[in-house]
Amino acid sequence: MAAVQDAPVEADNEKEIKTETLNDAAGNHASAAGGVIPSPPVASTSSSGPAKAGGPGSEEQQTLMAVLQFLKKNNFVGAVDVLRREAGILEDSDESQGQELAASALGGAEAGDATCTLSRASSCTTSTPAVAAAPAKGGEDQPDVNVVLSAYSQQGDPALYQGYYSGLKKFVESVLDCHRAELSQLFYPLFVHMYLELVYNNHETEAKAFFEKFSGDQECYYQDDLRVLSGLTKKEHMKGNETLLDFRTSKFVLRISRDSYQLLKRHLQERQNNQIWNIIQEHLYIDIFDGMPRSKSQIDSMSGSLAGEAKREANKAKVFYGLLKEPEIDVPLDDEDEEGENEEGKPKKKKPKKDSMGSKSKKQDPNAPQQNRIPLPELKDSDKLDKIMYMKEATKRIRLGPESLPSICFYTFLNAYQGLTAVDFTDDSSLIAGGFADSTVRVWSVTPKKLRSVKSAADLNLIDKESDDVLERIMDEKSASESKILYGHSGPVYGVSFSPDRNYLLSCSEDGTVRLWSLQTFTCLVGYKGHNYPVWDTQFSPYGYYFISGGHDRVARLWATDHYQPLRMFAGHLADITCTQFHPNSNYVATGSADRTVRLWDILNGNCVRIFTGHKGPIHSLAFSPNGKYLASGATDGRVLLWDIGHGLMIGELKGHTDTVYSLKFSRDGEILASGSMDNTVRLWDSIKAFDDIETDDFTAATGHIHLPENSQELLLGTYMTKSTPVIHLHFTRRNLLLAAGAYNP
Amino acid sequence: MEDEWRPKQCSVLLPTESMKTMAESVGVGQLQEESCVALTEEVSYRIKEIIQDALKFMHHGKRRKLTSNDIDHALKMKNVEPLYGFQSQEFIPFRFASGGGRELHFYEEKEVDLSDIINTPLPRVPLEVSLKASKEQQKTESTEPLKAVKPGQEEEGAIQGKGQGAAATEGKGKEKNVARLKARSTHELSVEQQLYYKEITEACVGSCEAKRAEALQSIATDPGLYQMLPRFSTFISEGVRVNVVQNNLALLIYLMRMVKALMDNPTLYLEKYLHELIPAVVTCIVSKQLCLRPDVDNHWALRDFAARLMAQSCKTFSTTTNNIQSRITKTFTKSLLDDRTQWTTRYGCIAGLSELGPDVIKTLILPRLPVEGARIKAVLEGPVISNIDKIGAEHVQSLLLKHCAGVIAKTRPLPDNLEQYRADYSYLGPLLHSHVVKARAQATLQAQQVNRTTVTITQSRPTLPASQSSLGGTGGSRAPSIIKVPSSLTLMSTRPGTPTQPSPSATKYIVMATSAGAASTQQVITLGASQSSSPVTSTVPSSASAQQPLVKVETAGGGASSVGGSRTLQKYIVVSLPTSSSSSSSSETKSSTTVPSSSASPISAEPTVKTERSESPGASFHGSH
Repeated sequence: MAAVQDAPVEADNEKEIKTETLNDAAGNHASAAGGVIPSPPVASTSSSGPAKAGGPGSEEQQTLMAVLQFLKKNNFVGAVDVLRREAGILEDSDESQGQELAASALGGAEAGDATCTLSRASSCTTSTPAVAAAPAKGGEDQPDVNVVLSAYSQQGDPALYQGYYSGLKKFVESVLDCHRAELSQLFYPLFVHMYLELVYNNHETEAKAFFEKFSGDQECYYQDDLRVLSGLTKKEHMKGNETLLDFRTSKFVLRISRDSYQLLKRHLQERQNNQIWNIIQEHLYIDIFDGMPRSKSQIDSMSGSLAGEAKREANKAKVFYGLLKEPEIDVPLDDEDEEGENEEGKPKKKKPKKDSMGSKSKKQDPNAPQQNRIPLPELKDSDKLDKIMYMKEATKRIRLGPESLPSICFYTFLNAYQGLTAVDFTDDSSLIAGGFADSTVRVWSVTPKKLRSVKSAADLNLIDKESDDVLERIMDEKSASESKILYGHSGPVYGVSFSPDRNYLLSCSEDGTVRLWSLQTFTCLVGYKGHNYPVWDTQFSPYGYYFISGGHDRVARLWATDHYQPLRMFAGHLADITCTQFHPNSNYVATGSADRTVRLWDILNGNCVRIFTGHKGPIHSLAFSPNGKYLASGATDGRVLLWDIGHGLMIGELKGHTDTVYSLKFSRDGEILASGSMDNTVRLWDSIKAFDDIETDDFTAATGHIHLPENSQELLLGTYMTKSTPVIHLHFTRRNLLLAAGAYNP
Repeated sequence: MEDEWRPKQCSVLLPTESMKTMAESVGVGQLQEESCVALTEEVSYRIKEIIQDALKFMHHGKRRKLTSNDIDHALKMKNVEPLYGFQSQEFIPFRFASGGGRELHFYEEKEVDLSDIINTPLPRVPLEVSLKASKEQQKTESTEPLKAVKPGQEEEGAIQGKGQGAAATEGKGKEKNVARLKARSTHELSVEQQLYYKEITEACVGSCEAKRAEALQSIATDPGLYQMLPRFSTFISEGVRVNVVQNNLALLIYLMRMVKALMDNPTLYLEKYLHELIPAVVTCIVSKQLCLRPDVDNHWALRDFAARLMAQSCKTFSTTTNNIQSRITKTFTKSLLDDRTQWTTRYGCIAGLSELGPDVIKTLILPRLPVEGARIKAVLEGPVISNIDKIGAEHVQSLLLKHCAGVIAKTRPLPDNLEQYRADYSYLGPLLHSHVVKARAQATLQAQQVNRTTVTITQSRPTLPASQSSLGGTGGSRAPSIIKVPSSLTLMSTRPGTPTQPSPSATKYIVMATSAGAASTQQVITLGASQSSSPVTSTVPSSASAQQPLVKVETAGGGASSVGGSRTLQKYIVVSLPTSSSSSSSSETKSSTTVPSSSASPISAEPTVKTERSESPGASFHGSH
C-alpha cells in the first residue's frame, strides 16, 4: 500500500486496495448484522465536518461515497456495483452525495459546526482508521486526499499559535490536581497538529520557533515521533511522509473524564479560543467516561502509542480466548501407569491450568471458539504419533514456580559474522533454524539424529515401495549432516518459523517474500509474494497450514500454505508491523507494531478485536500464555507488558531490561514468563503472581483503569547474563527446560 | 515523564557549502545561494528520513550498530538505487582535506590495480557458523538459582566474571560464552614497573650480551615480578610467533633464555601462563625451520635447549588435571610417527621425548629405532638429494645414539653382541653397539673417578652460538661459550643450561686437562668466533687464571664427533687444585657432580665469581666456598 504513494500506481497495488476495502466493508456489515457493536468506518470524512445534518448515518454514507468515488475514478466498475448493492445506495444519490462531499471538502469545516461536531465526538462509534488510510494513500492527487490535507487550510494568525498553546498550558497548570494529569494529555496532540498546521500553511519560521519552544514539554516517550516531526519543515515534506499521514488521517484518541472535559470546554468557550477548539474537533477523539479522573501514572501506563489510547469500544468485542478441545487419540497401551496418566492428561495437555480452575476436561470451555470456527487441517497419522510423544513428554514435565526455576540451555551461534537475525526452535526442540543477514537460512539438528534429505526422483523409483521401512529408505544417507543451508532469499532474513509437524519452515526477508521450505528435501517450495516491502516477521499457526506475516507495509497477511495469495489482510496499524503471533487456538492473531500498539485480529472476519496501548517504543516480541487468556509484549523500551485478552486490559508491567526485548515465552504450564533481551540477559518472571494480583479487582475490569503495582521487582525471579550475546529467541522444551539462543557478539 | 536530555532537533541542517561541493562534483558550478539553502533543507530532510528508516533495519537485524547495509536497505525501500561500494562492517574512513577556504570530508576511493587484486592470495575462509550449547543447571529442590543474580545485584554479577579465579570456578554452568574463561580485568602497572619491563625486554632481545645477562639474572632472581608475568608471557609467545616466521634464530634463543629465567625464578608461578609459554617452547622444538640457513646455522642447539625447558616444565607443572606431560608426549609422538615429518621436526620430537626421561625413551623411542634407522640410512647412504636432509639425518642419528645408548646400557643385559644389536636395531645397531660399550666403560670409569674425588660434568654442546655467525648486532668478535672456572666450580646445574650468546669479550679461556687420567697437562681451550663450533684447543700454560683447576675432557665419540656442534657426549672432569689465592684449606675440593647432558653450560661472562644457583642435589654438595 505504501508503495502507491511513492511509485506510480500499479495494477497490483490497486487490486490490493480494492480487496481490502471490500473486505473491510463486508466485514463491518457482517459484524453489524451479527449484533455486535457496529463499527462503521469513518474514513476520510473524519477531517471534514459534515456539511449537512450531522448524524452518524450521514457520516457513514459520506465514507461510502468517498470510497465509491475512488473506485470509480480507478475504473473498478464491478467493485462499485457490489459496494453500491451492499450499501443500498442509489446511483443518483451517489452522484449528488458525491458532489456534496466535494463541496463540503472544498469549503472546509466552519467554526459554526463546533457544537454539532462536539455531539459527534461524544457519541461517535468506533472508527477504523485503516479504512481511512487506504484511500488516503492512494496518491496525492486523489480528491479524497485533498480533503484530508485541506483540514489544515483554515488557519488563524500564525503569530498567535504560541500564545494559544501557552494559554492552554497556563490553564491546565491552574486547574485542580486531579484534572491536570488528564488535561495534560492534550498537549502532545495539540502540539503536533498546531505545528503541522503552521508547516502546512508555509509559516516556516513560526513553525520552527513553535517547535523549539514547546517540544521540550512533551513526554519523553514521544521522542521518536518528535524527531520525525522536527525534520519536517516544509509543506512539500508532508507529502509522502507516512508518519504524518497517520497523524492527519487518524484521530488521536484521548480518554478524559466527564468533569475534566467540561472544564476544558468551558475554558475554551470563555476564551473564544477557536483555533484550539477546531483542532480538538477535527483531529482529536475524546473518549469521555464517567467517574473519577485518572491519575498521572494511570495515564502514563496507557499512553505512548502513535495515535493515543485505544477507544474503550475498540476492546469490547467478545474474544473466544479459550482453547480448542484436543482430538481423541487412541494411546497405545504401553503400560498401566502411562495409560492412566494419559486418560487424564489428554485434555489437559496444553492447558494444565484449566485443571486448577476446576473446569472439566471433557466439557467445552465457555470461552473457547467453536471447534470448526476456523477450519483446521485434519490430523495425519504422523501428527497423532507426535501428539502421543508430546503427552509422554508432558508427564515428565517439571512443574515450575518461584521455588523451582527452569534450567537454561543457551545455544550460542559462533562465528556468525554475517549477523544472526532470527531463530526458531521446533516444538519438540529437535531442530534450530537461524535466519541470517546474508540472506541464508540455516537449520541445525541438535539431537544426534542428523538431517537427511529425500533421495532424488530417479533414486526414489528404485526403492521397494511395499517394504515396511519405506520411510527410512527414501532418505538419502549421503546427505546426512548436522546442518543445512537454505539459499533463496535476496535480503536479510528477519523471521523464521517451523511448522508444528516439522516438515516445513517459513522464512521472511527484506526482499518482500515469505518462503516456504521443505525440511524433507531442503528446498524452497513456495515464495509468497504480496508484501512489497521488507517482511519483518512470520509465524505458523499452532495447527499448521495457516501462517501470518507482517512487514513494513503495515498490513498483516494471513496465508494458507497451499494458496499463493493471502486469505486475509489485517490493516489498521499506523506503522510497520514488527512481530506477529498466533493465538494458541488459532482463531486470532496478535500483531505488534512500530506504532507502539498491539492489535488482536479475528481470523474469521478480519476484524480488529483488541487494541492494546501502553508501550513507549516499537514492539518486538509477543507471547500468548498457554491457556490463551493472556498476552505478553516486549518493546524497544525494555519493558514487558501483560494483557488480559478477555477484558482487554493491561494487567502488568515488568520493568528490568535495559534494552529491546526480542523474545518472550511462557513456560509450558504458564507459571513462568521468560524474557530475552538485547541487554544480554534472560529474565524470569513470576507470571502466576502477576496475573493473580490483578484479577480480583472488578472496578478496573469495568472501567479499564488499572493501578499497576509500582514495583515489578518482586515478580522478577532471576536474571541470567551472557557475556556478550544478545538473547534473540527463547523456547521451553516439552519438559520445561528453557532454551535460549543468540549470536556471540564480540 | 522526567525531562531528559533533548537534542536541538530543529536546527540540524547540512551546511550550504556541502551543497556547493556536491553540485560541483556533478558538474554544476555557480549554484545560487538561494538554491543552496533550498537544497540544504530538502537534502537534510531526506537524509534524516533515510536514516530513520535505516534504524528499523538495525533493530530488526538485532544490532546496536547502524551499518551501511541498513542505509542501502532503507534506500531500496524508497525505490532509490543503493549506494554501492560502501560495504564495511566496521566504519568507513573519511579523510579530511582543506584548501581554498573550504573544508571537506571525503571518502577516498583509491584506484586499484586489478592484477594486484587477482594476484593477492585469497583471504582465509571465514569459519562456518556453529552452535555451542552451554547450560545453566538448576536443581529443582534448590530454593534459588545457583548463579542467579538477585534483583538489584546485577552489578555484582557483572563483575563476578572478572579475574582468573572466578573464571576457573565458573567455567562450568552458567550460560556464559566461550570467551568467559579469559580474564577481563587488566592489571595496571606502575610507571616504574613499566620502565622496568621496557628495559628488561629490550635488554633480553638487544645486542648487548652483558646487559642481557644482567636482565636474565634479574628475571631469574627478582621477587615481585608477578605483576609483569602476563606481559612477559605474552611478550615471549608473541615474540616466538613473529620470529619463527622470520626465521630469526638469535631472537628465538633469547626468548627461550627468558623462559628459562622465568622458570628459574622461585617467586614466580608460571602455571597460569603455560598456555602461552608451552606453545612457544614447543614451536622452538619442532618448527620446520628456525633459521635462515638450515644447512649452516645451528638451530639444533635451540631445539635441544627448548626440549630441556619443556621437560623441565613437564616435571614442574604436569598434574593429573592438566596432563601436560601426556599431552606433550602425544604431540611429539604423533608427528614422530608421521612419515612426512621433516628431519628438523623429527629431531625436535626425538629431543623433546628424550628429555622427558629414560622411561619415555624406552617406551617410545627404542621401538622406533629400526624404522628411524632405515630412514637415516636411506638419506645417508642413498643418492644425495639435498644437503639439508643429509645434515638433518646426521643430527637425528647422533641424537638417537646419544640418548638411546645410555638407556640401552642401563636396561640391556650384557653381553653386548654386535650381531644381536644389528638384529634388534638394524642400521643403527653397530653404532649403538659401540656407544653402549663406551657408555658402559665410562660408567665404570666414572665410578672410579668419583672415588677419586673429581667433579664430572657431562656436557654435550658447550659452543652453541658459535655456529651462528650471521647474528646481527654482535660485534666482530664473538667468543661464545666460555667456561670460566673461578676458584669455586660453577659449572653444574641440573636445570636446562643456557645457550650462551655471542658476547663482546674477545677470547676466553678454559683451563682443562686433555688426556684422560693424566691430570698433569693443562690446556686452554679458546673459543673463537670461528664458523665451526668446535673448540679450538691449544695447550697453553694456564697463566691467565689464578686458579689451576684441572679439567679433563673426555669425548665419548672420538675426537671427530666433537666437530659440528659437538653433539656427542662429552665429559669434562674438572679437578680443582688448591691455589694460592684460595683461602680454603689445603685439602682438595672434594666434590663431584655429574650434570646429565645439560647443554651449553651456564656460563657467566664476567671475570667475577658467580655462583650459579643450582638446586640440583648433584650440585648442592659442591663448591669450595
